[in-house]
Amino acid sequence: MERPNTIEAERLVREFKKGPRAVDGIDLRVEPGEIYGFLGPNGAGKSTTVLMLTTLLPPTAGTARVAGYDVVREGPDVRATIGAALQEAALDGLLTGREHLRLQATLQGLPRAERPARADELLERVGLMEAADRKVRGYSGGMKRRLDLALALVHRPRVLFLDEPTTGLDPQSRAALWTEVGRLAREEGVTVFLTTQYLEEADVLADRVGIIDHGRIVAEGTPAELKAQVGRPTVEAMPADERIADVLARFGEPVPSAKGVAVRLAGDADLTAIVRALDAKGLLVDNLQLHQPTLDDVFLAKTGRSLEGAGDEEEAASRGLAMQPAA
Amino acid sequence: MRLASVARGVAWRSLHNVFTNPSLLIPQLAFPLFFFTAFAGGLSGVSRVPGFDFAEGYTAFQFVFVLCQSAAFGGVFTGFGIARDFETGFVRRLLLAAPNRTGIVLGYAVAALTRWLVTATFLTAIAFAVGMKVGGSGVDLPALYLLAALVNVAAGLWACGVAMRLRTMQAFPVMQFPVFLALFFAPVYVPLHLLQGWIHGVAYVNPLTRVLEAGRSFIAGAPSEAGVAFGVAAALAVLFAFWALRGLRSAEAAG
Amino acid sequence: MSDAADQIFVLARRSVVRTSRQPAQWIAPLVFPMLLLAVNSGGLKAVTHLPGFPTDSYVAFALAVPFIQGALFATMNAGTELARDIQTGFLNRLALTPLRGAALLAGHLGGVVALGLVQACFYLAVGLAVGVRPASGVGGVAVLLVFAALIALAFGSLGTWAALRTGSAESVQSLFPVFFVFLFLSSMAIPRNLIQQAWFRDVANANPVSYLLECVRSLIITGWNGEALGLGFGVVAAVGVGALALSARALPQRLAR
Ligand SMILES: Nc1ncnc2c1ncn2[C@@H]1O[C@H](COP(=O)(O)OP(=O)(O)O)[C@@H](O)[C@H]1O
Ligand SMILES: [Mg+2]
Repeated sequence: MERPNTIEAERLVREFKKGPRAVDGIDLRVEPGEIYGFLGPNGAGKSTTVLMLTTLLPPTAGTARVAGYDVVREGPDVRATIGAALQEAALDGLLTGREHLRLQATLQGLPRAERPARADELLERVGLMEAADRKVRGYSGGMKRRLDLALALVHRPRVLFLDEPTTGLDPQSRAALWTEVGRLAREEGVTVFLTTQYLEEADVLADRVGIIDHGRIVAEGTPAELKAQVGRPTVEAMPADERIADVLARFGEPVPSAKGVAVRLAGDADLTAIVRALDAKGLLVDNLQLHQPTLDDVFLAKTGRSLEGAGDEEEAASRGLAMQPAA
Repeated sequence: MRLASVARGVAWRSLHNVFTNPSLLIPQLAFPLFFFTAFAGGLSGVSRVPGFDFAEGYTAFQFVFVLCQSAAFGGVFTGFGIARDFETGFVRRLLLAAPNRTGIVLGYAVAALTRWLVTATFLTAIAFAVGMKVGGSGVDLPALYLLAALVNVAAGLWACGVAMRLRTMQAFPVMQFPVFLALFFAPVYVPLHLLQGWIHGVAYVNPLTRVLEAGRSFIAGAPSEAGVAFGVAAALAVLFAFWALRGLRSAEAAG
Repeated sequence: MSDAADQIFVLARRSVVRTSRQPAQWIAPLVFPMLLLAVNSGGLKAVTHLPGFPTDSYVAFALAVPFIQGALFATMNAGTELARDIQTGFLNRLALTPLRGAALLAGHLGGVVALGLVQACFYLAVGLAVGVRPASGVGGVAVLLVFAALIALAFGSLGTWAALRTGSAESVQSLFPVFFVFLFLSSMAIPRNLIQQAWFRDVANANPVSYLLECVRSLIITGWNGEALGLGFGVVAAVGVGALALSARALPQRLAR
């Protein structure tokens, strides 16, 4: 009987000799068919976690199981269950896309007769049919990512790990990848563990999000739950007019606004009720906006920093003098 | 004046890089020493070949070759440094900042020469330590070093010209290969008159043959064909100076 | 074919395909040794007049050198290709498949040996074209090719070990001068008994590369010589077994799975 394709980790730790505690006691539970978004800035410990869960890096402490198999003691079983596209899309620039797929199919032990058809099927699926016989050296970043995804799928894995699959991609490639990942989870029941630095990606794609910073999970839940934790949406109206402010005040508590007036909505108030109230008073507004809290607000609330640029600042600081010209 | 200050700046930086970086400095000293050991030590039996008439012995005979070889490759390695400077963007900054761009080429040439002088001093000390014999109490030695210095400058300017045109470290084989050919299609192991067949023909027209034969006559204290050798070396240096300056123009044009 | 044989074959083919698509990687090992052969056989022709020199054709004497330079290229090729796979993460990709470590090594080295054999055939063809006639005949040529394959295997394993230990193509390449030194401080240019300087003779006597050269040379210029063959094959076997054992030990750490 097949084991349920879950991912579990308990107090998972990874320490590097000359480095920080890259992963500092992580607990995880990802359900079968779920898309789990692992969101955090550069250097937060996302890749290190993925490497441990995919058996490529032994943990310093703690345990992890994929589909019930222990990543340390039952490595071969874990590897047979999973597919992974790691952060550096490790492709061979001198081989073609099709050659990559054939190689992967052989190494994964697919029967010889199935290999060409499987290669074609996957090339078709990730939209690389036309480029299949070109050397990967000439592929764009998006094409490389899609080939990497196809390679991860060759042996029909039930758990998929994607480490920053859309970093550096243009919006179209990103959307295409989202569609494909969503389809895998919804239609084929594949469990997906996806890391990202992008709020939007976690928000749109993930069923559940874990926010990681400095090797620790600082918040976890569905995107809606997480946003609810930091607060209710705000409504902002322009121009700054006292009568408008009075109407708004009935729906929540006033908050500062640069160009107009704003309130944080209380209870189950919504935009239509506000519009009706303003209309009833005969008030004209130029602009009325509902601001939903974003995952960035969540990150800000939990760490005191904004996600965008949080990792880059640290990287720049640690590189420091090495960047100075040698002159 | 501006020319001199730009040249001084470029040369200083290039030398500073080499002399503070063991991975650049050590090969520069070790390779010539190694060739000297392998050729002068391993092949000393060659001096017993009938017709080998170089009186000062095989060590002195090979010293001249290795000295010229170190001069030529010292120049090539400077070219390699320029290519690396292109890849890091340093040269682009120089082109923007330098009031006199010819000074850039001059600076690299001065650096090549200074580097090689260190190698040459080291090699000379070793050669005398292992008992190299010199004819005519050494009065003609300065001429040997002057000749080798011209080879160094010529090779450095050649490689500089390549670096300025190709602007990538991938250009290394292009810089190195012709120099390698010129060096080895010359009378390396035996005097020209002992070479036979096609290699004699090639060596005969190879300009470096003139330099080597004259260099060996200097170390023997019996100069011969000095004028031809200096003429050839100086002509190469001038030719490659134009080559390098044209290269600089092409680098400027490429931005 | 079994899964393992299949895997070894596709990995070996990948390494051959990669090399064939980088012209510099296969042109240099063919052209450079031939160029050195041309230079040295021209420049050192006079040496054959020394009393006691074993042949009157310096080309025949020097033809052994390219085969040993082939070993150097095998080391560098095997080492840098694997190190690059480590650096790009391609090895991680392989590590995630059911591929066994032994099959990975076999596939990788299989490609190196195939290229080594191509090189050896080329050197031999050039030798025949310029008039060298191996003294040991057709059987000797067969032995020579086997020896070339073993050299590629043994030294390829050495490069593989260096790559596994350092994980960096630059570090592997920095080994190049070391092999160069071994090659030059041997009986490469002149028979050991004709080396005049006593200390250089001692170094050449102690240098295993001398015995590799003399094994090839015996097949080409003197015919069947049990001692030379024994020493040559012995050196290759020692290097090969040692390097393979070290690589097999280093691989699991690098795969870290
Ligand atoms: N092999 C390593 N040796 C030392 N430190 C490492 C190593 N790999 C990662 N780190 C450090 O661990 C931290 C987490 O890295 P990583 O997991 O790559 O972060 P992310 O993928 O979230 O950007 C960083 O500070 C990084 O510098
Ligand atoms: Mg990462």
